[in-house]
Amino acid sequence: MFASALIVFRETLEAALFIGIVAAATRDLAGRSRWIVMGIAAGVLGSVLLAAGMEQLSDLAGGAGQDVLNAVFLSMALAMLAWHCIWISTHARDMVQQAKNVGSQVRAHGLTLWPIAIAVGVCVLREGAETVLFIGGIATNTTGWQPLLAGAGMGLIAGLGVGSLIYLGLTRINVQYVFRVSNAFLLLLAGSLSSQLAKVLTQAGWVDVGSETIWDASAILPESSPPGMFLHALAGYDASPSALQLALYLGAIAFIVLASRWVQNGLSPQSRPALRGA
Amino acid sequence: MKTLKRLLLIPLVALSTAWALPGIAADTELQLVIKNHQFQPAELKAPGAQKLRILVHNQDSTAEEFESHPLKREKIIPGGAKVTVLVGPLKPGRYEFFGEFNPATAKGTLVIE
Repeated sequence: MFASALIVFRETLEAALFIGIVAAATRDLAGRSRWIVMGIAAGVLGSVLLAAGMEQLSDLAGGAGQDVLNAVFLSMALAMLAWHCIWISTHARDMVQQAKNVGSQVRAHGLTLWPIAIAVGVCVLREGAETVLFIGGIATNTTGWQPLLAGAGMGLIAGLGVGSLIYLGLTRINVQYVFRVSNAFLLLLAGSLSSQLAKVLTQAGWVDVGSETIWDASAILPESSPPGMFLHALAGYDASPSALQLALYLGAIAFIVLASRWVQNGLSPQSRPALRGA
Repeated sequence: MKTLKRLLLIPLVALSTAWALPGIAADTELQLVIKNHQFQPAELKAPGAQKLRILVHNQDSTAEEFESHPLKREKIIPGGAKVTVLVGPLKPGRYEFFGEFNPATAKGTLVIE
């Protein structure tokens, strides 16, 4: 029972933290709950379909079907997250101003949250399909499946609990800083997606460069330990990353930060003194 | 629809032949079976200077996930299915792997000599 709880907890944790952080980062944006719920619902539905088609998928592309789909999903989530981070950085000041008017919802110009819905959906789908396969396996046991299923339920609840905690923690932050802090967390998630993408590209055999391990911290902080597991879900911690993983991790964060600055600097000349003065 | 399918097939076929061709000469294929949530054999031995193709045949009816932190591999093997895991070239040493859905029983090691 404990073993099955742990397995489901690990799968749930990553998606739940992702949703918790995204929900905090989009706090006070009009219609954000609807978009996030839509993303989760699509992700859950997709998980069941993906789990059902896993055998056919595995045979595609010369046995690399899973890797192809994973690479597509990760790239999509990464692009959506990057878009949102860059977009939000150019509106941060307006958002803080508006959010200070308690109870009012921010309706920024050109507000679009569908990228967030897609990123959430993809994240739920990736972790969800594995969970569905695992629970499906339990259910075929003729005897002794009840405690296993109960454990799986507990793992799911515990994972969602941790996701809720991070959301509550982030939303307690003073409104002045909440977007900046949650955006920093979004950057770590983007890094994490990139590192996982690097892993998939190497696993499929498409990229041969940078596959060597650059350090091994598995004796100090193994990924299977609770803090390692948490850091993996929160920030893409890998005890023994490859050079490619590290390069893409840092590259994605640098790209988003630089692109945000570039977009901000590209604002019209009149708006610049006003932004500095505010 | 038919044309679309054909268009999709071209890059897929090109891609799979592209990495299958150089592989034929150099790759070593290893067989691994999952039965009763256990890896058989539990210890695989291989020379390290080349790429390895580990053909994992899941003979259980339930899905398993082949996972290894040192090898950096994670692949789902549906019940009854065969999935190939590409690794290497690797330095000599012991590389542990496990089945994520049955970590208590599904344990194995790849030994590179």
